[in-house]
Amino acid sequence: MGQQHDAYFVPTKSYWPFVAAVVMFTTVVGAAHWLNAEPGDGGFGKTVLTVGVIGVLAMFFGWFRSVIHESMAGSYNHQVDVSFRMGMMWFIFSEVMFFGAFFGALFYIRMFSVPWLGGQGHGVLTHEFLWSDYAASWGMNGGNGPQHVGGNFSTVPAWGLPLLNTLILLSSSVTVTIAHHALRAGHRGKILVFLGITVLLGALFLNFQAHEYIEAYKELNLTMHSGVYGSTFFMLTGFHGLHVTLGTIMLAVIWLRVLKGHFNKEHHFGFEAVAWYWHFVDVVWLGLFMFVYIL
Amino acid sequence: MSHAATHDHHDDHHGAPKNFFQRWCMSTNHKDIGTLYLVFALLMFFIGGSFAMLIRAELFKPGLQLMQPYFFNQLTTMHALVMIFGAIMPAFVGLGNWMIPLMVGAPDMALPRMNNLSFWILPFAFTLLLSTLFSAGGGPAGGWTMYPPLSLQSDSLAYVVFSVHLMGISSIMGAINIIATILNMRAPGMELLKMPVFVWSWLITAFLLIAVMPVLAGAVTMLLTDKYFGTNFFNPGGGGDPVLYQHIFWFFGHPEVYIMILPAFGIISEIIPTFSRKPIFGYKAMVFAIASIAFLSFIVWAHHMFAVGLPLGAEIFFMYATMLIAVPTGVKVFNWVSTMWGGSMTFETPMLFAIAFVILFTIGGFSGLMLALVPADFQYHDTYFVVAHFHYVLVTGALFAIIAATYYWLPKWSGRMYSEFWGKMHFWNSVIWVNVLFFPQHFLGLAGMPRRIPDYNVAFANFNMVSSIGGFLFGASQLIFLGVLVHGVFFSKKKATDRVWEGAKGLEWTVPSPAPFHTFDVPPVIHDDELAHGHVND
Amino acid sequence: MTSGVIRRSFTAAAMLASALFGGAARANPTPYQLNMERGASTWSQVPYHLNNISLGVCVVIGILVFGAMFIAMFRFRKSRGAVAEKWSHNTLLEVIWTTIPVIILVVLAYLATGGLTSWADTTGSQMTVKVTGYQWKWRYDYEEYLGKPISKVGFMSKLDSQSDQTRQLDSGLDPFKVKVGDENTYLLNVDKPLVVPVDTKIRFIITGADVIHSWWVPALGWKLDAIPGIVNAAWTNIQTPGTYRGQCAELCGQDHGFMPIVVVALSKPDFAKWLAEQQAKSAPPPAAPAAAPAAASTAAAPKTAQVSAAPVADAQG
Ligand code: HEA
Ligand code: HEA
Ligand code: CUA
Ligand SMILES: [Cu+2]
Repeated sequence: MGQQHDAYFVPTKSYWPFVAAVVMFTTVVGAAHWLNAEPGDGGFGKTVLTVGVIGVLAMFFGWFRSVIHESMAGSYNHQVDVSFRMGMMWFIFSEVMFFGAFFGALFYIRMFSVPWLGGQGHGVLTHEFLWSDYAASWGMNGGNGPQHVGGNFSTVPAWGLPLLNTLILLSSSVTVTIAHHALRAGHRGKILVFLGITVLLGALFLNFQAHEYIEAYKELNLTMHSGVYGSTFFMLTGFHGLHVTLGTIMLAVIWLRVLKGHFNKEHHFGFEAVAWYWHFVDVVWLGLFMFVYIL
Repeated sequence: MSHAATHDHHDDHHGAPKNFFQRWCMSTNHKDIGTLYLVFALLMFFIGGSFAMLIRAELFKPGLQLMQPYFFNQLTTMHALVMIFGAIMPAFVGLGNWMIPLMVGAPDMALPRMNNLSFWILPFAFTLLLSTLFSAGGGPAGGWTMYPPLSLQSDSLAYVVFSVHLMGISSIMGAINIIATILNMRAPGMELLKMPVFVWSWLITAFLLIAVMPVLAGAVTMLLTDKYFGTNFFNPGGGGDPVLYQHIFWFFGHPEVYIMILPAFGIISEIIPTFSRKPIFGYKAMVFAIASIAFLSFIVWAHHMFAVGLPLGAEIFFMYATMLIAVPTGVKVFNWVSTMWGGSMTFETPMLFAIAFVILFTIGGFSGLMLALVPADFQYHDTYFVVAHFHYVLVTGALFAIIAATYYWLPKWSGRMYSEFWGKMHFWNSVIWVNVLFFPQHFLGLAGMPRRIPDYNVAFANFNMVSSIGGFLFGASQLIFLGVLVHGVFFSKKKATDRVWEGAKGLEWTVPSPAPFHTFDVPPVIHDDELAHGHVND
Repeated sequence: MTSGVIRRSFTAAAMLASALFGGAARANPTPYQLNMERGASTWSQVPYHLNNISLGVCVVIGILVFGAMFIAMFRFRKSRGAVAEKWSHNTLLEVIWTTIPVIILVVLAYLATGGLTSWADTTGSQMTVKVTGYQWKWRYDYEEYLGKPISKVGFMSKLDSQSDQTRQLDSGLDPFKVKVGDENTYLLNVDKPLVVPVDTKIRFIITGADVIHSWWVPALGWKLDAIPGIVNAAWTNIQTPGTYRGQCAELCGQDHGFMPIVVVALSKPDFAKWLAEQQAKSAPPPAAPAAAPAAASTAAAPKTAQVSAAPVADAQG
């Protein structure tokens, strides 16, 4: 690798990691209690969960603030920068694998489990002995299995809101890239405009997705409970939506940091990390659009 | 000391803080965090071991002795979860934390604060997991594999899923840190192909961790939504399939077992050359073998599912792929033997454990190979033959390597020599009783005793009693270990030299014993002949 | 072709085996048993031989590797004045010990593949039995025999009451005293065994009602998961009349250890008689046994199934 080492940088001790562990613990304890709550439960779990979530947000705020301070103070050398980059890249890789689990489930369900239940290939006997009146299909009233779990439903047509959302995310990828180029060229105004557009596009996406969900539940009777179709649909789009939300918040933070003049032509890892993340979210969406909506 | 490895600034930024909370809860020091990991792992080993003792006590003779079957199932499940996620994995991370920066000439891990977070998540995660044992519905009882629909019947599912999520986050962050450290923090001159094999093994293991822990998180998330949010991933009535869970779980699960053995390979590849006073045989082949094992581990998962009714083609593919792993693993075994051949050997405790590792791990590998033969696995599957297999690779494999590493590096950590006599006592007791404990389990499995049962036919009585006796004595032997550790850290009068072992090579031996709070503040100047693999030309 | 040859040779081995062992092939676990049993079906020879062959291969490799290691430990110890060599590499050796294992593996894989292919072939069966796993008992439905569909012969099969009483915590009863004849049957006996004919290719249709179970009789040579909502199939052809015992082999909840399997293999005429009796008994149809229970994948299923099945048939092997 042959990087030249000036002096190593080792950060000072910090209480944020410990705080982070505590608030994460609080959150999951609350969530688990809440899920297991008996009907007459006094809302103990919910309270703990709320405290936990607020704690997590506060922790992120505090931790990142201290990191930003250090970064602004110029404590981070080139080597630290590279470490951060590697950290972010491998984190994104782990996210890819997380989505991989759900995509894997989707492919398995569509290529094996549903056709097998319908008597194709390996599923001849399963069909003959257990589900002889089930004709496998995907989508409308077939993707919810032999027992029609959740009743009849219709699917979200790919060429309406989802297409619009695809265009929105694709353009947001372009705008964030323009902002990046502007940053390298040092045009602050341009950065603010294009990064601002990116944030708005992210918010717009989320808005449309919320509409889509409401329509699915209210009009199409497409719910989490609509057999595996509903399961995969909401699991994949839901987790993706969660990532868009996070990405949008991060972009907004970066926008503020640009406003405050935190970045310069050479030193803007924070910006780049968020941009990578945004591209990742975008690519996942393309996969979704392809395999969840179109095919 | 030819270079500035131990350069020590005497201001309060750089010494170890005096305040307990500041030192241990706010640490950014790889050595302190490594110590935390190791102490935590030891604690978990004793807790998981206590569960195992209860299991062996219940199985001491036919008839239910001590507990209701449901509690037995909780013990089996918890034993495995605590041992795997609480003992073995954190122990390896602790060793990596302590040694990797020392071995590559870095001042610390690449991301020290995240390192601290990775550790501190664990005590909380295990508090959550273990607390379920005291809840009304009891702890998880569906086995560590948590197959639905059975696991969905448990009231503690949410707690288990969330604690698995926490452990996953911890492992992923730990792994990212290790990769960044190895790739970015090496001292100039520490080229990739001069790194110690232990560092290589961790680099590859870290990759496996990042690749598969998220998949486990996804799998258990689907369990959660199937139970609480009405999804149907694992319900055929809704178009899903319980077998889908098994595919996802084992896509994680098989690489996971290699996560628990690759760092062990690394450790053994450090210890054997040291005590043979001869460089490791076939350095590049060793590295390449680890990489091939890691690669193959992604395409063999369904060998845990031969009896679920896979299509014929799938059974054949997974059988072949699984068998292939014997080849690179064999290369490693042969290379260790060749390293010993022509050496000038001494047999201190770390070497004894390393030698036991090579033999007993290989025996576990042999039974693994037998399991890979599908028609034979139709008989072996879910019997004690499998239990024997994986305890050979896990206990006499992973655990023995961790113990060997502890003896090997303890003098470097504490600055004192442990008692060689008691170390050897620990070794001989462990190696004898562990075989009394696990070898008869092969016979039980072959005779047809299923695993995960609290009670059995009298035909299985003899060997179960033998196994239980071996188990109690093996467990008791670990008290010797505890004694040696406490003595070697706090009380031993014998100071360790910097190099500690006569044949030891590598940067970690160039710093004083005990290793000062900060090492390599300034990159060390590396002389190739100080490294174990300084002149690699094979 | 491959599998044909292997299948024939395994069948030949099976013949030979049953000839050697005579009528009463030992098939149930015995104290101090060290190796896998040979089994009592045509196919059960396959795992048995694979087990022995692969074990043999491993023992030989083990002796060579560990032998070399012990020699090294003896010859090259510092206390004997050994001085370390400098070499750390030998291409020829490395190539050799990469290729030899590959060759061994290819041979093993060849044998295993043949055995597996013959296992997977359920065509040409002369009888079909449907097996359903419940928490914590088995249900058997006879579907078809010699080309004729059978209806209404089906029953639940659960742990016998003597074992059940003895196995309770603090029962004070001695497991060693649970016997049928002079065979100890603790936890390995049921109230109603599955009765099948010998010399018949029997197809098993295996499924689960609530959680995953696994149907395993070691003497038949395989186990196969009983998965709710999914059907698996396997076959057997038992050679010798006798009583063959097995257990559920997939963790299925608290009483996983207490749902044994007993298969009684009768000669063909005896079986025909038995079957006729069962059909006579079930003449007034109380409920529809075959179709109903397995389809439901909810935990409620076992209760209904139990109720409808109880009066159907009352078999005593
Ligand atoms: C550290 C952990 C570890 C390791 C390293 C291994 C290594 C191997 N395992 Fe194991 N395994 C487990 C942990 C591990 N396993 C666990 C925990 C389970 C059970 C999980 C559960 O159900 O709860 C399991 C279960 C398991 C099964 C499923 C059994 C069943 O449930 O039915 C199978 C089947 O193929 C298998 C195979 C193998 C093989 C082929 C190897 C190979 O990697 C071994 C290779 C090594 C050698 C072969 C020895 C050295 C080689 C030579 C000297 C060369 C020459 C040799 C020959 C040519 C034979 N393992
Ligand atoms: C790395 C992992 C690991 C380790 C180290 C161990 C260690 C041990 N295991 Fe474990 N085991 C698993 C992983 C591991 N196991 C897994 C994955 C399963 C499968 C679970 C499943 O089916 O889901 C399993 C299942 C399993 C079973 C089968 C249970 C069943 O199927 O019903 C048994 C039974 O004998 C067993 C026994 C033991 C014993 C005796 C030890 C011993 O080595 C432990 C020794 C350690 C101690 C005893 C602790 C230290 C000492 C003390 C606390 C002092 C006090 C003790 C005395 C004085 C006696 N284990
Ligand atoms: Cu049924 Cu285990
Ligand atoms: Cu495996």
